[in-house]
Amino acid sequence: MKKNQSQEEFIKGIWRDNPVFVQVLGMCPMLAVTNSAINAVAMGMATFFVLVGSSFLVSTFRHLIPKQVRISCFIIIIATFVTIADYTLLALVPKVHTELGAFIPLIVANCLILGRQEAFASRYPTKLAVMDAMGMASGFLLALLSLGAVREILGDGALFGVNLFGENFEPWIIMILPPGGFLTLGVILLFFNWFKFKKDEFLEDVAAAQRNEN
Amino acid sequence: MNAPKDTGNPSSLRLVLTLAIAGLVSGVAIIGIYESTLPTITANKARELREAVFKVLPGVSQMQALVHRDGELVVVEVPDKNEPVIYGGHDEQGDFVGYAMPAAGPGFQDTIAILYGYKPGEKIVVGMEVLESRETPGLGDKIYKDAEFVGGFSSLSVEPEILAVKNGTKSQPNEIDAITGATISSKAVVRIINEAHAAWSAQLPAPGFEPQLIATEPADTEAER
Repeated sequence: MKKNQSQEEFIKGIWRDNPVFVQVLGMCPMLAVTNSAINAVAMGMATFFVLVGSSFLVSTFRHLIPKQVRISCFIIIIATFVTIADYTLLALVPKVHTELGAFIPLIVANCLILGRQEAFASRYPTKLAVMDAMGMASGFLLALLSLGAVREILGDGALFGVNLFGENFEPWIIMILPPGGFLTLGVILLFFNWFKFKKDEFLEDVAAAQRNEN
Repeated sequence: MNAPKDTGNPSSLRLVLTLAIAGLVSGVAIIGIYESTLPTITANKARELREAVFKVLPGVSQMQALVHRDGELVVVEVPDKNEPVIYGGHDEQGDFVGYAMPAAGPGFQDTIAILYGYKPGEKIVVGMEVLESRETPGLGDKIYKDAEFVGGFSSLSVEPEILAVKNGTKSQPNEIDAITGATISSKAVVRIINEAHAAWSAQLPAPGFEPQLIATEPADTEAER
């Protein structure tokens, strides 16, 4: 039972409550740094680290943090993890860090992270909080990656910097410019909503059929 | 729901203490990560700079930092912050080859920072490397991705000044073909070099009187062993 619940918390972040496609959170990094797959992965990993780290600490100390100052405490914890991620990226992969620029420090302001602390980590035991954070962060990473991959393939003819189509491919440059982010995100959101609509319709049909049988 | 259960309001002292402790722990963690990554970051930056200098000045294998103080160029080990610095490039024998000059200026989106190699004897630019830019991906970023444009700086006269001309119309030694679709970025790079050249040309010593190479850098001797 316990195990099922933590699995459930993990999986809901990837699909049912996907932070980007369902909750539409964290749009700023989503649109800004997904012009290539590698940037998307770096951003996703940094967010993963920050979200899991903060959820762990917030959940562990949830009884010690007075609720009047909880938001300040969450921000201090998040900002510390963001600074750690910032310096680590700068030391290990300076090229990627240059590309991501101001968006690494701006993880602090990602509403997805503060939202999970307030809505989940500060109310549930550490194990569940970490599972929830891992699920949400993986969902975020996958969403970033799917946008980054689509935009890099269409806009640059490459994936992870590997050229896919050879010399004759004419890149669709707008896809790696900001409008490309909006276009791609719009199409993906359209798909997710269509899928949800179809699913609800199907469930209604099933329910109606059952009623008729009775 | 089952939010943290509090019996009444906690005292102000407890609130202050909680935040103080959180801030203290956070501060210590940040200092720790800063101190532990600083050597790598400094080494990365120094290596990038060396690579850029060697790239814009072909044939150079040793370099030293130069600053302009009291009317002459002097060699410094570590330049002061905010002090304009250029790099003297020397070949294997220690003979002077040229200067690598950092320069920056407004581009299409944001500041473009470049490094260019300059041979004062022939008054030509021999190489250009973009260090920092936020130019439009796919268009303006050709100022460092387009090999033809970057190659155009391998022998470019600065007299009377560099001119960016329409692609394919270069006819004079001081002209360079601008990138089609990225005219503003191309012209920005040219303007940055012209401005830096104008600012520095009076401060450089006459050709042949460049500062001598002072010491071989430890990194070189290590590589030779």
